[in-house]
Amino acid sequence: MSVEFIVEALVKIGLVLVINLTTVAYLVLAERKISAFIQNRLGPNRVGPWGLFQSFADIGKLFFKEDIVPSAANKFVHTLAPLISITVAMSTFAVVPFGNTFAFNGHDYKLMIGDVNIGILFILAMTSLGVYGITLSGWASNNKYSLLGGLRASAQMISYELSMGLSVIGVVMIAGSLQLDKIVIKQGEYLWGVIPAWNIVLQPIGFITFLIASFAETNRLPFDLPEAEPELVGGYHTEYSGMKFGLFFLAEYANMITASAVIVTLYLGGWQFPFVERFALPALAVTLLQMGAFAVKVALLLFFFMVVRWTIPRFRYDQLMSLGWKVMIPLALGNIIVTGFFLLFH
Amino acid sequence: MLTDFGRILIFFILGALFTGAGLVTAWIIRPSRPYAEKLSTYECGEEPVGESWVKFNIRFYVIALIFLLFEVEVVFLFPWAMVFKSYGVFAFVEMLVFLGILVVGYAYVWVKGDLEWDKPVPKTSQYVDKVGVVQYEALKENITA
Repeated sequence: MSVEFIVEALVKIGLVLVINLTTVAYLVLAERKISAFIQNRLGPNRVGPWGLFQSFADIGKLFFKEDIVPSAANKFVHTLAPLISITVAMSTFAVVPFGNTFAFNGHDYKLMIGDVNIGILFILAMTSLGVYGITLSGWASNNKYSLLGGLRASAQMISYELSMGLSVIGVVMIAGSLQLDKIVIKQGEYLWGVIPAWNIVLQPIGFITFLIASFAETNRLPFDLPEAEPELVGGYHTEYSGMKFGLFFLAEYANMITASAVIVTLYLGGWQFPFVERFALPALAVTLLQMGAFAVKVALLLFFFMVVRWTIPRFRYDQLMSLGWKVMIPLALGNIIVTGFFLLFH
Repeated sequence: MLTDFGRILIFFILGALFTGAGLVTAWIIRPSRPYAEKLSTYECGEEPVGESWVKFNIRFYVIALIFLLFEVEVVFLFPWAMVFKSYGVFAFVEMLVFLGILVVGYAYVWVKGDLEWDKPVPKTSQYVDKVGVVQYEALKENITA
């Protein structure tokens, strides 16, 4: 019995890790291709057909690169920081459901790794831990650019974490649960029998503030002040090279995937495929369709992340802070009150 | 029996092992030929001036303090949101009072200017052109003539 549970857990974990890492590899390629098409050029096209193996060539290159740790740096923290970044970025995915509970061979299999009853708090806690990776790397390098990047990152991420937490509260109020699985099941209902009751419909303001906060938390443009190239060289990873730099790079894209998956779960109906239950489909087909729906939603959000990166210029730091503190927080607080009002008197 | 948190722990450990394995593999196969110049701190090709572990802008500290206060209050909102539906108007009014206190603190911080970031004020040049248009045209004609 116990062995079976462990095997099940290991299989799911292995699948999620492999799929996540493959997606990261192709996400890097997709980003380079999309940026190329936006800038009217071809992008990588030498390694394999359409440059399909470019990412693997890059990983190989990173393995063979010399690792330079400046003699003034704190060596232990310098190595620890990228490890924190990547581990945190990947393990947030553990609580995201990517399919409905699936009955097979007399067993119920949940298509998620850990169905904890405080899923949302787990996600918020993990995103907070992500700050440490960047701040420690900036401090440990003993480089002025790195330190500035790390400082900016910590201030930026804690500012937007606040509005992130506040915007999620509306979702929790509607679902009455912190469990991501239950939140997704709740979104399977219909408004007036036709519109899927996804939280993007019920919580439009919360969705927008959460989306903006996710951009800031993942340090993507227009919020990539911590590594603003024109002024800070490379920001917090200026002094990193070789595989440690590669880990930061991986973490950035893993963060993007996790952020998209969380947004899809909280606001875009998770694995819900609207109206699929109205057709008499076999259970396996329904499960596959739902997993496909989840993947398509995440892919569309990732595409959105990239298009935003290559079309919108970077904020100035004071604009970034005033957006976070003076616009996002009042909006999110107002959203809570409006949601409470509607739930009471509707 | 494996709890859900146990599975997350396994995931965590596997993730850390994977990245650790990546670092160790790279450490085995990569070259290592350090010398003093290569290991010096990068400062755009100049000799690094002093340490970078110096005092920095107090603003970051203030932001961290405000964050701490607000984050604690956000944590209080979560259990409230969970039971909101079953308690009805009572919970709603109580939370309005709680949020009211929060907003007072927020307004105080805003009015005190702690949310402002130092902006560089660009000074426009006070240069006055001493050569008037007439003289300039005359000069031009002189040169072309």
